[in-house]
Amino acid sequence: MNHLPQAWGRPRDDIYGAYNHAHLAPSHPTTHTQSPIVTGTSVIALKFRGGVVIAADNLASYGSLALHRREAAEKFNDKAVLGFGGDVSDMQYLDRYLNALAIRENYSSGSGAGEKASSTSTDASEEERAESLDNEGAGTGMAANNLHKYLQKLLYRRRSDFNPLWNHILIAGLSSPPPNAPDASPQPFLKSVDLLGTAFGAPSLATGFGAHLAQPILRRVVPDEEAVKKIDEATAVEAIRECMKVLWYRDARSLDRYSLAVVTKEGVRLSEDERVEGQSWEFAEGIRGYGTQVV
Amino acid sequence: MTSIGTGYDLSNSVFSPDGRNFQVEYAMKAVENGGTAIGIRCKDGVVLALEKLVTSKLLKPGANKRISTVDRNMGVVSAGLTPDGRHFVSRARDEAAQWRSLYKAPIPTAALANRMGSYVQAYTLYSSVRPFGVTAIIGGWDSEVEVPVDGQVGAGPAVGAGGKKEGEKHGGPYLYMIEPSGLYWGYYGAATGKGRQAAKSELEKLDLAAGNLTLEEGVKEAARIIYVAHEDSKDKEFELEMTWVSSLSGPTKGRHEEVPQKLREEAERLAKKSLEGDDDEDDKPEGEKMEE
Repeated sequence: MNHLPQAWGRPRDDIYGAYNHAHLAPSHPTTHTQSPIVTGTSVIALKFRGGVVIAADNLASYGSLALHRREAAEKFNDKAVLGFGGDVSDMQYLDRYLNALAIRENYSSGSGAGEKASSTSTDASEEERAESLDNEGAGTGMAANNLHKYLQKLLYRRRSDFNPLWNHILIAGLSSPPPNAPDASPQPFLKSVDLLGTAFGAPSLATGFGAHLAQPILRRVVPDEEAVKKIDEATAVEAIRECMKVLWYRDARSLDRYSLAVVTKEGVRLSEDERVEGQSWEFAEGIRGYGTQVV
Repeated sequence: MTSIGTGYDLSNSVFSPDGRNFQVEYAMKAVENGGTAIGIRCKDGVVLALEKLVTSKLLKPGANKRISTVDRNMGVVSAGLTPDGRHFVSRARDEAAQWRSLYKAPIPTAALANRMGSYVQAYTLYSSVRPFGVTAIIGGWDSEVEVPVDGQVGAGPAVGAGGKKEGEKHGGPYLYMIEPSGLYWGYYGAATGKGRQAAKSELEKLDLAAGNLTLEEGVKEAARIIYVAHEDSKDKEFELEMTWVSSLSGPTKGRHEEVPQKLREEAERLAKKSLEGDDDEDDKPEGEKMEE
């Protein structure tokens, strides 16, 4: 044995020659996800007085191929809904991850019966209840702001590992009251986090093409936090529906079916089979410059 | 116990000449000293109840819950050494999480009982460990309807998941009891701990196999049975802890939860009343007392 710890336990160089590191060297550098594969596109959301409305179309695209339908809006618990843009398999991973998290959270918050105000209506179909069994984090203390902070840390960690989760996520719901005012009523919460862990909030938010096509329309409805207090749920839902229509008109990777969720203090109302209604394609007549037109 | 170990009880994993494992039998002794725990499998759910003996007046009433949730749809209650019970629950939760990460679905109650049975049994095989000092009761509900796969995107096949036989019943309430030896059976009604004999004879009167008892009746019976089982150690104070899990259409919507305070208090009131009734009409035959 010599005095060089790095040589301990290894064949002696003076007998066997220096170790040839080329034997185990990989032929190329380690790479992780370089681009998303199956993707979802726009998620749009808007705050209003007392809640948030969020919508995402139900398309999963494989490049430009419309691959299949999906659910892009995921109910986390009675206080939070997630909207996923970007890679669908990463969305599935996050869904399972958060499901496991919600189960663990439920352990530490005790069995917690009695205090839980369940929002699942009694006349829901058996299937709907089976859905809610899957994903509803009842008894989970996590409000939308907690969930957002958690996801931000998670996504930033992953990008720091050079292995990002290729999503742009909107987190909509109600925030937990601040520690210095535990009795304050929950405020509408809307923030986003992207694959780099970049996080910010705004009265209206959109991912994917929605950021270009829907965001300006939503900003006209709710320009700032002050305006949030002035509009009601019906106006907000109407604005979101209008934006989904615009996205269906102009975004080639979109679908006329979408999910829409409204979070208020009464809980989450999630509808997964909305349709774009009142379509009019007359404007298409005036568009020139591509397609089959000859003039 | 009539015979003592005479040297064959010093090590786990050693049989006595007449084929007994004394360490396991001693572990069962530990269970017999614990507060009574029972489980009732009703037609639309499972009730778990525990006689939690109050060891100190300095403990906060209602705190330190002893019935634990595993995944979302199962509960575990145990009698015997509390720390062993907690480790048992911890392992059960790991098993449930591991099942989910592999199969993307909740673990069936029977599968959890099987895995925990194997785990407990492994602690009877080696001289470096001692058996579990608990008998645990696992109550759970498995979904009767098709549950979406965790993280499912889109609808999946219209026929649902495979592996199900036509016309056969799948899912429902289940109840298992696991003993320190690793032995486990499925039960209609299970009881363990100090008052198990009294509790078992009360459970037998309920005719649970017929499957007529509703969950709410089950809660009231569970409370009554715990009170009956407590009769022998009346001088000690205790708290009644009760949890339940119902089907999706029931009060807990397929989740294992604590029985709401209102219902528990009502059940306790009826339990006390029926015990007082017992004292007054001691000469009445057993069957009539059951009617109320």
